[in-house]
Amino acid sequence: MTLAVLFSNLIANLPVIVVLVLVILIFVRSRREVLWREAYRRLGKNNLAKVAMGILGIYSTLVIMDCFSWQASRNEEPRTVVDAIFQKPFERTYSAPLAPTTSGEVMDHPLVSKHLLGTDSVGEDVVYKVIKGMRTSFIIGGFSCLVAVPIALVFGLLAGYFGKWVDDIVQFLYTVFGSVPDILLIIAIVMMLDKSIVYVCVALGLTSWTGLCRLVRGETLKHRDREYVRAAKALGVSDFRILAKHILPNLMPSVIIAVTLLFSTLALYETILSYLGVGMPPGSGSWGNMIDAARDELTRNPMVWWNLVFASGALLLLVLSLNVLADALRDAIDPRLRTQ
Amino acid sequence: MSDLAPVLEVRNLRTYLETIRGRAWPVDDVSFDLHPGKIRAIVGESGSGKSITALSIMQLLPEPAGFIDSGQILLEGKDLLDLTWNEMRQHRGHDLAMIFQEPMTSLNPVFTIGNQVAESVVAHGGTWEQGKKRALELLERVGMERPELVLRQYPHELSGGMRQRVMIAIALANRPKVLIADEPTTALDVTVQAQILSLMREIQKEMGMAILLITHDLGVVAEMADDVSVMYAGKIVEDAPVRDLFRSPQHPYTIDLLESLPARQHRGQDLAVIEGNVPAATAWPAGCRYANRCQYCIPACTEGEIPMVTVNGVTDARCIRIGQFQRGGVKA
Amino acid sequence: MLRYLIRRVLYMIPTLIGVSLLTFVLFFGIFSPETIARRNLSAKNASQEQIQTWEHEHGFDKTKLELFEVHMKSLLGFQFGKSDSKSKEVIWDRIREGALPSFELASLAFFFTLGCGLALAVVVAYLRGTYIDTLTMALAVISMSIPIVVYVIGLQYFFGKMLKYGPVAGYEPGFSGLRFMILPVMVSLVSGTGYYVRLYRTFLLDETGQDYVRTARAKGVAENLVLFKHVLKNAMIPVITTTVSVIPSLILGNLVLESFFGIPGLGNYLIGAIKGQDFAVVRAMVYLGTLLYIFGLLLTDVLYAVLDPRVRLQ
Repeated sequence: MTLAVLFSNLIANLPVIVVLVLVILIFVRSRREVLWREAYRRLGKNNLAKVAMGILGIYSTLVIMDCFSWQASRNEEPRTVVDAIFQKPFERTYSAPLAPTTSGEVMDHPLVSKHLLGTDSVGEDVVYKVIKGMRTSFIIGGFSCLVAVPIALVFGLLAGYFGKWVDDIVQFLYTVFGSVPDILLIIAIVMMLDKSIVYVCVALGLTSWTGLCRLVRGETLKHRDREYVRAAKALGVSDFRILAKHILPNLMPSVIIAVTLLFSTLALYETILSYLGVGMPPGSGSWGNMIDAARDELTRNPMVWWNLVFASGALLLLVLSLNVLADALRDAIDPRLRTQ
Repeated sequence: MSDLAPVLEVRNLRTYLETIRGRAWPVDDVSFDLHPGKIRAIVGESGSGKSITALSIMQLLPEPAGFIDSGQILLEGKDLLDLTWNEMRQHRGHDLAMIFQEPMTSLNPVFTIGNQVAESVVAHGGTWEQGKKRALELLERVGMERPELVLRQYPHELSGGMRQRVMIAIALANRPKVLIADEPTTALDVTVQAQILSLMREIQKEMGMAILLITHDLGVVAEMADDVSVMYAGKIVEDAPVRDLFRSPQHPYTIDLLESLPARQHRGQDLAVIEGNVPAATAWPAGCRYANRCQYCIPACTEGEIPMVTVNGVTDARCIRIGQFQRGGVKA
Repeated sequence: MLRYLIRRVLYMIPTLIGVSLLTFVLFFGIFSPETIARRNLSAKNASQEQIQTWEHEHGFDKTKLELFEVHMKSLLGFQFGKSDSKSKEVIWDRIREGALPSFELASLAFFFTLGCGLALAVVVAYLRGTYIDTLTMALAVISMSIPIVVYVIGLQYFFGKMLKYGPVAGYEPGFSGLRFMILPVMVSLVSGTGYYVRLYRTFLLDETGQDYVRTARAKGVAENLVLFKHVLKNAMIPVITTTVSVIPSLILGNLVLESFFGIPGLGNYLIGAIKGQDFAVVRAMVYLGTLLYIFGLLLTDVLYAVLDPRVRLQ
C-alpha cells in the first residue's frame, strides 16, 4: 500500500479507534470509583439502557470490522473485512429487498445470496451500504467530538476556574463562534478547504464546542467555590493539579452525557449537510447520501423506498440508542435521586 | 400532661421510602400526643426519622418515593389519613401549618413577600385584599421593622432571620391549631436563633397554639419544650415531660446523649462519644435498635419487639432493663 | 436595570467585531483572491489578464490590510456590495426581497413548535408518572431521532402523492399564501417538538422538586395553581435562556425547509450562493446570521431581567 493510502486510511480510521478506546478506558477506570459503581448498578437495572448499549455494541463491532483494510494485490483497491463478505455488486441497478438475483450466479454467503434489503441505483447491496454508512457516521461523530471536546474542556475549565479576564476572553470566543450559525460556518470552511471527511469533521468540531464549553464553564464555576477546592488550595496544591485531578473528574458525568448527545446530533447533521451538498463526497457511502438520493427515488414508478427506509432506520436506531443511553446515564448519575 | 384533650394524636405511624437499596422505614411505629397550648419536641440525630414524621403528618412526603403505610393521625379526633387530597389540602395552612428548615430555598424567588404571605389567606377562601391586609398585620407581629417595605421586597433581599420570620408569618396567617416546626433555627446563627425561638414562644402563648418542634439540639429542647419524644432509628425510645427527661433519663440512648454534652465533661477529659453507627433504615435489626451501641445490652435485648414501658408514672421508655442501671441525669 | 441593558449592548460591539474578523480570516486568510477569481471565471485556463480584471472589479486587488479595512467597513456599514457570481446583482436588494418569506416561515415554525412543546411539557409535568407521561416521552425521543430530511421527504410524499393534497412546495405572499406554510410548519413541528417537550419537562420537574413548592403545598395552595403560578414562572427562566441558543438552529432549519419547499427566502438565496460558490453573498449572510443571534441574546437578557427579580435588582 502506498504511504498516501495508508495515511488517509489512518486519518479516517484513527478517530474511530481512539473514540472506542477512550470509551473502554473511561469504563474501566471508573469502575474503581464508588460513585460510578452505584451508577452502574442503576444502569444495570435499566433494561432499555441495556438494549441500547447492545445495539451500540453491534454497531461498533461492524464499524471496526470495516476499519482495517488491506490489499490483496497491487492492482486492487484496499478491502476491509466487510468488503470481503460482500462481493462486488453484480446487479445492474435497483432491485427490491429479497428479490431473486438477475444473473444466475450462485453466491456462497447466505447473507448475500439474496439482497436482503435490496440494491441501489448502481446495484450495490443496501446492507453493504448501510454498514459502510455506519463507519462514516462514527467517523463524523467521533472525529468531530475529538476536535470539539478538548477545546471545550480546556476553555471551559480555564474560564470557570480563573475567572476575570480569562473568563471574559473565553466568553467572547464562544459567543463569537456560537453566534455564527453552525451551518454557515461549516459551509464556509468546507467550501474553502476540501470536501473530504477530515475537513467536514474539523468544521463540525469547531462549531460544536461552544455548547459544551458553556456547560463545562458552568460546572467549573459551581465547583470552584466548593470546600474541597479551597481545602486543596490551602494545602498548596497547584492549580493545574486541582483542575486535572479534582474538578475534571467531577465534571465527567455531565460531560459524558453531553458528548453522547453531541455524537447523535452530529450524526443527524451529516444528513442535512449531504443534502446541501457540503457533506460527504457521494462515493464514500454515507446514510446522508442515501437519503438524499431517495428524493428522486420515491417518485419513480415502481417506487424505490428501501434506500430511504433502511438508511434512516439505521440512523434512527443509532441516534435513539445514544439518546436512551444518555437519559439512562443521567438518571443513574443524578445525585438527587440518591436518598439517604 | 394537660387535662385538655390532645389536638393531635399520632398512633402507630409507619412510613416508608423507596430507595435504590430497597425499602427504607424511617418512621416505624411512632406514637405521641400533642396537647393544645403545649410544645412537644421530637429530638433525635440526623437519620432518626423525625423530619419524615413531620412530613407524614402534613402528607407532604417527597415524591415519588414516600408512602404512609399504616397508623392514624388524628387532628381533633379526625383521622387525616382517611381524607382525600383535596380535603387534606384544606387543613394545610389552615389549622395545620408547617415551617421548614431552609428559609433560603423555602420561599419562591420570583414573587414578593407580600404576595406569598397573602397567598395563605387566598388559598383558604379569602380575597387578595384581605390577604394583603393580613400580611401587613402578620409581618408586624413577627417583628419586621418596616413591614410596608418588606411587603414589596423579594426573598433574596432579606436575611436568613427575616426570611424565617416571613415563614412564620405565612404559617400563622390562618391561626392554625397546630404548628409543626422542622428544625426552624438550624440554618440560622445563634443570636438569630434565640430571637426566633422567643418569637415562637410569644406567639404560641398568645394564640394558644400547639407546636411540634423537630430538633437535634438539646439546648433548644430545654428552652422550648414542655414534652419531649426522643427518636432513634425510626422509633420513639423515650417520651417524657422536659424536666423529667433531663433530670432522670430512662433510656440508655437518652442517658448517653445527655452524657455526651460537652458541658458534662471535666477539663482535660476526652469528649464522650457514643461509639458505633445507626443501623441502615432498609434493614432494621431485630429487637432493640440501640443494642449495638448500648452499654447495658444483654442477649435478650436483641430478641423480639421491645415495648414501651411507663416509669415513675411520667416517662415512657422502650427498654427492657429500666431500673437495672443507675445513672445521673442533668439539671434542667 | 437600565445600566444592565446598556452593559449588555456594549458587550455586543466586541462580539460583532470579533465575528467580522472571523469571517474575514475565514475567507481571505485561507483563500487568495486569485483562486476565487479562477473559480468564478470558470474558464478553462483563465489568463492573468482576466484574473486581474476580475480582481479589480471585485476589489480584491489590494493588500490584505486594505482588504480588511474595506471588509470591515462594508459589513459594519451594511454595504454588502455586489454578488460575485455572474449575475452581479446587488446583494442588499436580494436580501430585502428574501427577508419577508423567511421571516414568515421562521416565526410561524418557531411559535408553533415552541408553543406546542411548552404546552405538552406542562401537561406531561402535571401527569407525571402516568402512562401518558411515559408514552409522550418515548414518542418525543423517537421523533427527535429521525433526521429532518426524512420528515420532509415523507410528508411531501404523503400529502403530495397519497393524499393528493397540495401545495407541496412554492410560495405566495400574503394571507392566501399561508397554505404554503402548512407543510413546512408541520415538518418543523414534528421534528422539533420532541426536543422542546423533553427540555421543558426537565425544567418544570426541576422546579417542582424545589423547596418553595413544598411550602406552597404546605400553605394549602391547590395543586394546579402550584404548577401554573409557582412552578411555571420559575421555569420560564431557563426556558427563555435556552430559546436563544435555539436561534442558530432556526436558521438551519429554515435553510432546509426553504430549499425543500421552494420558498424564496434568505435560506434559498444562501443555498444558491453556496452551490454557485459565490463568496460575497455567503459572507454577507454569515454576518447577518450572526447579527440575528446577537440580537437574540440581547432580547434574552432583557426578558431575563423582566422575569427574574434577582437579576433586576442588581
